[in-house]
Amino acid sequence: MYTPQVLDHFQNPRNVGEMADANAVGESGSAVCGDVMRIFLRIEGGVVQKASFKTFGCGAAIATSSVLTELVKGKTIDEVRKIKNTDVVAMLGGLPPIKIHCSVLAEETLKAALDDYERRTPSGTGK
Amino acid sequence: MKTIYFDYNATTPIRPEVHEEMKPWMEPGGEFGNPSSIHSVGMKARAAVEKARGQVATLLGVSDPGQIVFTSGGTEADNMAIKGAALSHREAKHIVTSSIEHHAVLNVCEYLKENFGYRVTFLPVDKGGRVDPEAVARAIEPDTLMVSVMLANNEIGTLQPIEKIGALCRDRRILFHTDAVQAVGKIPLSLDKMPVDLLSLSAHKIYGPKGIGALYIRKGTRLQSLFHGGQHEKNRRAGTENLSGIVGLGAACAAIGPEMEAEEARQRRLRDRLEKGLLDQIPSSRVNGHPTERLNNTAHLSFECVEGEGLLMLLDAAQADRPGLAVSTGSACASGSLEPSHVMQALGVGPEWIHGSVRFSLGKFNTEEDVDWALKLVPPVVARLREMSPLWQDKIKRSAVKN
Repeated sequence: MYTPQVLDHFQNPRNVGEMADANAVGESGSAVCGDVMRIFLRIEGGVVQKASFKTFGCGAAIATSSVLTELVKGKTIDEVRKIKNTDVVAMLGGLPPIKIHCSVLAEETLKAALDDYERRTPSGTGK
Repeated sequence: MKTIYFDYNATTPIRPEVHEEMKPWMEPGGEFGNPSSIHSVGMKARAAVEKARGQVATLLGVSDPGQIVFTSGGTEADNMAIKGAALSHREAKHIVTSSIEHHAVLNVCEYLKENFGYRVTFLPVDKGGRVDPEAVARAIEPDTLMVSVMLANNEIGTLQPIEKIGALCRDRRILFHTDAVQAVGKIPLSLDKMPVDLLSLSAHKIYGPKGIGALYIRKGTRLQSLFHGGQHEKNRRAGTENLSGIVGLGAACAAIGPEMEAEEARQRRLRDRLEKGLLDQIPSSRVNGHPTERLNNTAHLSFECVEGEGLLMLLDAAQADRPGLAVSTGSACASGSLEPSHVMQALGVGPEWIHGSVRFSLGKFNTEEDVDWALKLVPPVVARLREMSPLWQDKIKRSAVKN
């Protein structure tokens, strides 16, 4: 049911772990639903320097988290803002229909991280 | 390396000798006849069907094999029992069942509710998954059609007190049906002496073929047929008999009966070793189901803060130097409906445990080495997923603060 890309990112997830010097942290999902995604970003000069994640969830949730951290690295805040769940799905070569919500969760988590960054650096001084 | 199978509650392989017994009943030159034909080929097929009926009856402790009707499996048997009774008792408008039944019972009840104005009482279960017989007694109403409570639960293995439930139904002249798909071949039954009117079973859970099962219908139980056509199965189920399947079911019943006691003990030892070994090695883990009133082959465990589908997929991935493990999970993500298992929800287990539930169901082809592999492979996979889990991270931080 999963593409080789999903299986690869699930079995060999990239950028797993908490980031001590993160300046943008986002979380979404809930334990009740069975999916919790947490993403950590280090943004400097308006560009994502590092990204990592911790995820509780199914194979698709872990794979979307992993691919998301790869996708944002080196991108500007404006570019990251434009990332949609469909971009994540495309990078994974597709997801089963019932797992599309995992990619939506990834998009929400990313937006939450950017919102967190803007709260920490008012008036966009970090850009 | 190949995959080690720990999912016998889902299905079993056919016993090779059962497969051999089935072959002549479908091959050219063999006895492939239509049991309704009156020539010699048909008569041999008829004799094979009746022999199999006797074999099923023997396993169930039924002296009159005429009370066994062949179906396409457990689901059809459940449908036939409940809908067939409803068609025969048009005055009835109420069913009592449990909240942890298989969907083949739950969804038949829902269907009667949606389409025929039935009221359905879904009885709660205790923490071990047991129905309280007193609650069954209280739930019965003047227009109750039947009580349907499974013998053994497919997910957690909990056994229900069906003797008590059946007896109180009999006192009140209420039909009692039990879905025994998971129990047949694992625990001895003597239906002649038990207060059970209807019992469903399936061949593919007892090393027989898929697509065949049976319904035990106690003599005198009024049940309308769901299928109309020829006069097969004494007008109880139209359709040319699944000859080779029926032979396979009979042979599977005949083979499992004599070895039941020894296999029960052997699989229980393996199961207990697996369970204890995992609990010892993995912190924040628990066993679900009743501590004693439970199938001998089922180990249903929860690992806090991990998600079952992820765990299942990592265990399934065989490598050059290690086998995969085939298990199942009640997690929402693996269900196809995004709802976690209704059984786990009925137990009142918290969400942090529900999603991390995994069922190991053992069978006759499992060995000590299989359990050794599971004990070696499962703990690091749980640890790996916890390493990734934000919930586990939070839990560790919370306990560090407390200490």
